[in-house]
Amino acid sequence: MTISTFRPETAAQAADAVRWALSNAEPLEVLGRGSKRGLGRPVQAAHAIDLSAMTGIVAYAPEELVLTVRAGTPMAEVQALLAENRQQLAFEPPDLAPLYGGAAGEGTIGGLVAAGLAGPRRIKDGSCRDHTLGFEAVNGRAEVYKAGGKVVKNVTGYDVPKLIAGSFGTLSVLTEVTVKVLPAPETSATMLVLGREPDAALRVLTQALQSPYEVSGAAFLPAAVAARSGVAAVAGAGGSAALVRLEGFGPSVTARAAALRDELGCDGVLDAAESAALWAEIRDVSYFSAADRPLWKLSVPPASGPAVAAALQASVACELYLDWGGGLVWAAVDGGDGAEAVRAAVGANGHATLMRAPESVRASVPVFHPQPAPVAALTQRVKASFDPAGIFNPGRMHAGV
Amino acid sequence: MKMPAPDSGVIARRREIVDRLRAIVPGEGVIVDENELRAYECDGLTAYRQLPLVVVLPSTTEQVSRVLKTCKEMGVKVVPRGAGTSLSGGALPLEDGVLLGMGKFNRILEVDFDNRCAVVQPGVTNLGISNAVAHAGFYYAPDPSSQIACTIGGNVAENSGGVHCLKYGLTTNNVMGVEMVLMDGTILRLGGKHLDQGGYDLLGIITGSEGLLGVVTEVTVRLLKKPATARAVLLGFPTNEQGGDCVAAIIGAGIIPGGMEMMDKPAIHAAEAFVHAGYPLDVESLLIVELDGPAAEVDHLIGRVEAIAGQHGACYSRVSRSEEERLVVWAGRKAAFPAVGRISPDYYCMDGTIPRKALPLVLQRMQEMAERYSLRVANVFHAGDGNLHPLILYDANIPGELERAELFGADILKLCVEVGGVLTGEHGVGVEKRDLMTHQFTETDLEQQQRVKCAFDPDGLLNPGKVFPVLHRCAELGRMHISGGKLPFPDIPRF
Repeated sequence: MTISTFRPETAAQAADAVRWALSNAEPLEVLGRGSKRGLGRPVQAAHAIDLSAMTGIVAYAPEELVLTVRAGTPMAEVQALLAENRQQLAFEPPDLAPLYGGAAGEGTIGGLVAAGLAGPRRIKDGSCRDHTLGFEAVNGRAEVYKAGGKVVKNVTGYDVPKLIAGSFGTLSVLTEVTVKVLPAPETSATMLVLGREPDAALRVLTQALQSPYEVSGAAFLPAAVAARSGVAAVAGAGGSAALVRLEGFGPSVTARAAALRDELGCDGVLDAAESAALWAEIRDVSYFSAADRPLWKLSVPPASGPAVAAALQASVACELYLDWGGGLVWAAVDGGDGAEAVRAAVGANGHATLMRAPESVRASVPVFHPQPAPVAALTQRVKASFDPAGIFNPGRMHAGV
Repeated sequence: MKMPAPDSGVIARRREIVDRLRAIVPGEGVIVDENELRAYECDGLTAYRQLPLVVVLPSTTEQVSRVLKTCKEMGVKVVPRGAGTSLSGGALPLEDGVLLGMGKFNRILEVDFDNRCAVVQPGVTNLGISNAVAHAGFYYAPDPSSQIACTIGGNVAENSGGVHCLKYGLTTNNVMGVEMVLMDGTILRLGGKHLDQGGYDLLGIITGSEGLLGVVTEVTVRLLKKPATARAVLLGFPTNEQGGDCVAAIIGAGIIPGGMEMMDKPAIHAAEAFVHAGYPLDVESLLIVELDGPAAEVDHLIGRVEAIAGQHGACYSRVSRSEEERLVVWAGRKAAFPAVGRISPDYYCMDGTIPRKALPLVLQRMQEMAERYSLRVANVFHAGDGNLHPLILYDANIPGELERAELFGADILKLCVEVGGVLTGEHGVGVEKRDLMTHQFTETDLEQQQRVKCAFDPDGLLNPGKVFPVLHRCAELGRMHISGGKLPFPDIPRF
């Protein structure tokens, strides 16, 4: 239960709030607009710091490929600005708010960076961390500090922005972020290969990813999931769908699509509009947004995706699909939380995150993948190096972190 | 450049230290002979030299772990070293420190085309990885100009870049996992053949940490398929400003070239005199734009780049029609450093990054500085990402010239920060730019970074004297000075 919420408008005010929390030994829940509050272990904090009043574009130079923005700026605003300039965040940030019962477009850029999320283009252009160039934040000593830079190429000092991306507000309160922005593709197309079993579908995806055609999306939807797509050619396929996306300049997409169509034996090609709709579903896990089943995200070596999926389905009732060329398994589990089955299926070759579950489950099951002892110990020390009193989002990631 | 004062107690215990290292790494793996130590006295920043206390060359992760653990027990500093090609003194030895050479870790352990990655030991050269997978049409994308010699372990330490990193990223964007050893001997695995790590991005903080956080003993790198084609356009401009505007317009048009390099007049003349690449000598600014990808895309973009260049006053344009011609276009740029070496006894290579729009201003101010210091400067420039490489020409045999060159270089880097850029785009801070860090970062910024160091190496034994201008003890950094009890700032909006 939140008793009070600080809503700073400047970094100095955010530091004041943190100083108050420190001096009163009161932990703080760190929030943007709270759209991903259901992701992570439940935070026990009577007070919150809410960055939603810290909005606005600080600097944007499209031709420098750099955007600096205050942390509470809504993603919808950031993406609209980039779209006006035919640019984008190349890691294809998902909008997961609907998974947690929110409306689309609710999140903030600070929340996105804190969660370190990326969409289907992760396989080609990297994750959120690869595009987080710099930031300003308040550490757990109530000090305002900055790290990284505001240019695309920088190796000055430690790459703290990487560490901050995906730290779920447990290290610092972000007040400003600088991200790399890139040109949005002129057009796109998606190749469909229908009716394959998972192993055969993986071979299609692998072949596409081993080609020089710069594939920017490679997913596999089993029949039941494909049937739920809003894209007619996929929903009406009557079976599974292996999907390969190409993006870029018009003549290039045309040429690559022509070559891949023959090499993969495609059953159809989606145009740019259908392609956009389809990959948004895959990105936002729309297929599993309605039901309230526990939702897992498994990151594994791509070639082992189908085997991991089969092992999981052998031990727990679930629905799943593959993205990232097989390296990402989204699984919605029926009956129980599925934790044991999921972690057994991943083994030591990857990690699994419980992306959605009732609070009681998230309090009792490790939401983030359990770490080997030396990594867990180092994680604790890194946490303490930013937040020695443990006041930021206590326990959000791991007990004590 | 002041290094931490050597600990005479440690130097006095040299025999004991050598004996303990020999118990871990037998035979020729421990080097004590002064003539042999000489090979390790500097890295690519040759102005600074120091014989190490002893060199140890382990060949297994377990040996690395035991060496570090033993050194920690004895309170002995350790400097890790790959091929020693650092341009910033990252591998500069310490008089009272063990130099840990990773050269024996030179095997490619696994190539996995289905997962599009390779698992290699840190002493494998950057080019060695690409060569090992070339038969299948793959390569490892980051291509620092020292790629024949530099090792992947050193690349991870320095987060090395290269000509193609605008499109394909730096080392950090192409490394998927590492095995590493902490100063206390703990062996960790971070990442692997899967994407992301789960938990904090420790791999991200390790990469580019300049050997201060741990010693990497295995690296998993991402492999890419080679682009089907690559062609280069050579463009000449009457002013640097027009060249810079053209770069901005190309990116503004949504084109991210595989490489985009600029040279100023002194660099053009030096390069042309050396390799005769047919560069025009009557231009102020020369731009190489390389487009790679499917042939249809490259042909399409060449046309667009030529049109943009025309609109921005290009007075010279040449497009490569064959692989041979492409290599000729690049020959001058690739030979720029040795070319400058021909016209000056010594040169000092700088590495700041600036917002590209500041280029004309920076070049003009640099020229003014050159006059003030009575030294010449030639510029090569990774134009796409704003990474400048000014080459300051000097003669070390003339008393005072090296010092003037260093002051000039420092002024250039301060200027980079002043216009919104950073001290180093790809060479690292090392000892070279260490004392300039306070121009880019506040004391608070630097203390936070040093606290991260404390999480990995609380005794500060790994590569001390690099990156940070002032060394604080971790106990001192850990102190908190918070007094209070009541809300001191009631005007915070609160509900």
